Amino acid sequence: MSTLEIKNLRAIVGGKEILNGVNITVNSGEVHAVMGPNGAGKSTLAAVIMGKSGYEVTEGTVTLDGVDMLALPTWERAVAGLHLVMQYPTEVPGVHVDEVLAEALSARGRSTKDLTARIATEAQRIGFDTGIVSRALNVDLSGGEKKRNETLQLAVLEPRIAILDELDSGLDIDALRACAMRVEAATTEQNLGVLVITHYVRLLEELKADKVHILVNGRIVTTGGPELADTLERDGYAAFA
Amino acid sequence: MSTTPVSLPSAEEEIWRYSRIAELDLGAYSTGSLRTETIGADALRVTDAITGIALTTDVDVFARLNSEHVASHPQDVVCLHIPSGKVFETPIEVVHTVHESGLIAFPRLVIDAGQDSEATVIERFISADGITSVVCPVLEVRAAQSARITYVAINQLGLNTWKIAHQQSVGYRDSNTRLFTVALGGDYARVRTEARLVEQGASTQQVALYFAGGSQMHDFRTLQVHAAPKTSSDLLFKGAVRDVARSVYTGLIHIKENARGSQAYQTNRNLTLSEGAWAESVPNLEIETNDVKCSHASTVGPIDEDQRFYLESRGVPPSVAERLVVMGFFNEVIDRLPSFTGVDALRAEVARKLLAEHIEIGHS
Repeated sequence: MSTLEIKNLRAIVGGKEILNGVNITVNSGEVHAVMGPNGAGKSTLAAVIMGKSGYEVTEGTVTLDGVDMLALPTWERAVAGLHLVMQYPTEVPGVHVDEVLAEALSARGRSTKDLTARIATEAQRIGFDTGIVSRALNVDLSGGEKKRNETLQLAVLEPRIAILDELDSGLDIDALRACAMRVEAATTEQNLGVLVITHYVRLLEELKADKVHILVNGRIVTTGGPELADTLERDGYAAFA
Repeated sequence: MSTTPVSLPSAEEEIWRYSRIAELDLGAYSTGSLRTETIGADALRVTDAITGIALTTDVDVFARLNSEHVASHPQDVVCLHIPSGKVFETPIEVVHTVHESGLIAFPRLVIDAGQDSEATVIERFISADGITSVVCPVLEVRAAQSARITYVAINQLGLNTWKIAHQQSVGYRDSNTRLFTVALGGDYARVRTEARLVEQGASTQQVALYFAGGSQMHDFRTLQVHAAPKTSSDLLFKGAVRDVARSVYTGLIHIKENARGSQAYQTNRNLTLSEGAWAESVPNLEIETNDVKCSHASTVGPIDEDQRFYLESRGVPPSVAERLVVMGFFNEVIDRLPSFTGVDALRAEVARKLLAEHIEIGHS
């Protein structure tokens, strides 16, 4: 059982306050959706949790099982059990996904012995070509392939808490369904806790949210059950502004 | 060295700009020969030292000194004749070892490829770190109609040895000439490489990997000369500098008036891995006809922050992320190398150089 606790988180980017005191607690096995209009601070929230440079936390805490994540460099946050699925996965020319996973597992003190088989199994589960391992990371991949690649890494690394930043952007409906179902399965199989950041409701059709948080102007304005997503679908964000 | 006074160029000249030519004192060296071994070349090596098949004018003082030297020392020429229609699948190796200090040497390798022939030639330059000497090699490649020649120069010189090289190829109708350079060694190591396409349909690729550390400097001057219609050239040079090392790339695509329907590409990318390291990249185009496809690209900069963050967000420690990114950067070049037994060793050597805490500063 793990808990990611975000308390009164405030952050500035380029002198401008983007997060205005965010509070969310995600436990193992739970799916929390953070929804909001463009510019609400959704991607900033993901970046700050993972420690991307260029973001300054001015107040608040982010802890994983009581351990202060904000005090750790990015890679140690990942080793501690956080995982970020990126909205726009970066192209890393000449570097293959199996190399990265091998290094990432080694850093966690985990065996890489059956990594090839593991990757093949996971690729198959999400309808992905196993040939992906011999291709450079995210180079010349379609939107759907990139997100399948992100999901594959998530499945192999088995984090405690995953942050999905706009998993649904830039991918076709088949890829969306495959990725969402795999993450949903991980919440039961591996007791994964999920913070899913999204603009659209369609992702939540496969990845069932236990809680929905509406983020507007850097602050959670409403929290509710899955029905909140339906309200949003019907009325739009205007009702929460 | 020789009794005739030689006047060296100065860094004021554009082609020597940024170079370390001013540090060279020819008087400190005496002319001599390298220890040269050829592997797999017995059937191809011709004893008559034919020179001047591609290098028709001496492009600079070092090429001229080389020409003068080999005229009186034909034993310093390795001349390979690839018979027409013959395909050699096993690479031919020419290995030069600089075995003593105080030496200036002028080896020449001549590859004369007959029609529709195919061969790969690897030329290695080796010296120990303590050897303070200068090597001024010249390469000549003549690819007759439809010949396919691959040449790989590997600089594994020690940290106190200089190299000032010239590579000259000339490609006839429908021939393909590939010139690779891998530079890891040397104190100041300069390569001027010029590929000339003189008949319709000729093509060339020039590819280099260079990685300088400590106080090393790698210096490249490239020329892609299109002097016939429908010729194509592609150049990819990728380098990295660390510590206080430096690198220079200046390249010119020259498309002459009669070279309509040609295409020429030029890409130079540089990674600066330390604050004190420095790289310069100057691509140029000179195009005398309209009907061509041309592009050039050049970058100099540190490791991309987004790439670093991406890998670190998977739980990869920073030093490992850096190694992955740099090896990935070089893989694009290594993957293009012809397969020969040394490729894995080369990859390992690049990784070792990257991981070294500190690279010794050469004392020349």
